[in-house]
Amino acid sequence: MYAQMVETGVERVQVVAEMAPDERAFQARIDADIKIEPKDAMPDAYRRTLVRQIQQHAHSEIVGMLPEGNWITRAPSLSRKAILMAKVQDEAGHGLYLYCAAETLGVSRDRMIADLHAGKVKYSSIFNYPTLTWADIGTIGWLVDGAAIMNQIPLCRCSYGPYARAMIRICKEESFHQRQGFDIMMALCRGSAEQKAMAQDALNRWWWPSLMMFGPPDAQSVHSAQSARWKIKLLSNDELRQRFVDQTVPQAEYLGLRVPDDRLAWNEASGHYDFGEIDWSEFHEVLKGHGPCNRDRMRMRIKAWEEGAWVREAAAAYAEKRANAPRPGPLPAMRGEGDRRAAPVG
Amino acid sequence: MLEEDIASTNVGLDLLGQARLWLAYAGEIDGRSEDRLAYFRESGDFRNLLLVEQPNGNYADTIARQYLFDQWHVLVLAELATSKDSRIAAIAAKALTEVRYHVERSSRWVIRLGDGTDLSHGRMQAATDALWMYTGEMHIADASERPLIEAGIAADVEALRVPWLADVRSVFAEATLTVPADSWMQGANGRGGKQGVHTEHLSHLLAEMQVLPRTYPDARW
Repeated sequence: MYAQMVETGVERVQVVAEMAPDERAFQARIDADIKIEPKDAMPDAYRRTLVRQIQQHAHSEIVGMLPEGNWITRAPSLSRKAILMAKVQDEAGHGLYLYCAAETLGVSRDRMIADLHAGKVKYSSIFNYPTLTWADIGTIGWLVDGAAIMNQIPLCRCSYGPYARAMIRICKEESFHQRQGFDIMMALCRGSAEQKAMAQDALNRWWWPSLMMFGPPDAQSVHSAQSARWKIKLLSNDELRQRFVDQTVPQAEYLGLRVPDDRLAWNEASGHYDFGEIDWSEFHEVLKGHGPCNRDRMRMRIKAWEEGAWVREAAAAYAEKRANAPRPGPLPAMRGEGDRRAAPVG
Repeated sequence: MLEEDIASTNVGLDLLGQARLWLAYAGEIDGRSEDRLAYFRESGDFRNLLLVEQPNGNYADTIARQYLFDQWHVLVLAELATSKDSRIAAIAAKALTEVRYHVERSSRWVIRLGDGTDLSHGRMQAATDALWMYTGEMHIADASERPLIEAGIAADVEALRVPWLADVRSVFAEATLTVPADSWMQGANGRGGKQGVHTEHLSHLLAEMQVLPRTYPDARW
């Protein structure tokens, strides 16, 4: 998910007859479901689009740590605290896999982070909404991770090998997160009247932004069509949104919560839920930087990056001293330390 | 850097997991749950070391606090792993495998920052100097611990002062840091963390941590 409105840099989708021979050969591999790997030849537009999509996705994981991190210190039990810490840690891990996948296309992590901080690359609009109560943590797991899974499962089959493989790992963890989020909602909905009101309030605030996560209707979008041709986008925005609504409405009913949409109704003929109009003006305003938390999110990311500068410089200076030192046996590289990931507790 | 976010969270998750095991065992005595003990006690009822309630500060402050604690923690757990109380021994043995990694990681950061740039060296030294006065009470057994030490149940923390200092000296030497001179240690007068007399930081930490269960005391989460 997490990658909305990715530009492909093309004006319109080419037909096969217009393609150069190498482009035609490339498209034939895609059509035959042969994965593209880092060293393979690929059209520049394909490479650029993937870099944009994967880094948007990576940034979304990292920025997405902020609204949830907001409740780690205030989690209402030690077991919920451990689960939330492990979840936010998983998101850092997802960001890492995705930055690595993007690096295979020839762009450095530092460059990507600089582009995020300069506002040149977006992250998912959903993380520009605030987490106001504990129920928001449940709702994010249930709806936002639910929507992400909906979008990411097809990406496990996408044409670019490193991205597809990263998505397989990520999807496994996301489905845990969704269940944990739903579990928070169940506890609230079975709890006191105040807890249930907290759950309903969170659903009221997150429902529409969650539907917007899938991006605008893509019938008119040349970018979506080109990405579909390249198999880096496998289902349309509207198709995914409909699946999400169909899956989520019965879950809300099970919880005893009301989805905040007067026009929501089961359509016997289509076998799907009909739902109301999405306010796309809000979506576009949030994308432009006018959401409730855009400024805070960027300020936090930039602050963390700048405050870490002297630490990164010290680590680099130390590594250089050790590399030049006469005695052997430099300390193990830092990157390996993050590998020992903790399993979720509770 | 992201790798450090992940590694720090590993340490946090390990320590939280260990705390839950200790609290669950302690709660068996009077039937209170881990959450009851964590969320419904006042700061004066907490018996933690003053060192660990100090603020995160900059990364050198965080690393100094972590290292000074980890270096003590690993020694204490090694002792507790042979406790005559089999539950204590089992929890300590499990925790020890995790804490060996913690001290390895935090000591490497002390060395990197100490022997990194002039700036990082200065910050690492300042952080250590500021926290040193909280290291004394780690090695003072209070009246409630002594009978347990004699019975072979608790660790003899006073005997751990010498090996702790030897380890700290060796890490600091590699880090090109000066071990601060011993001066007045907080809690040395019998009014420190082990007696429930804390620094100003703890009640803020607890206010934030306990807000939901205190606001909705009958709720289940």
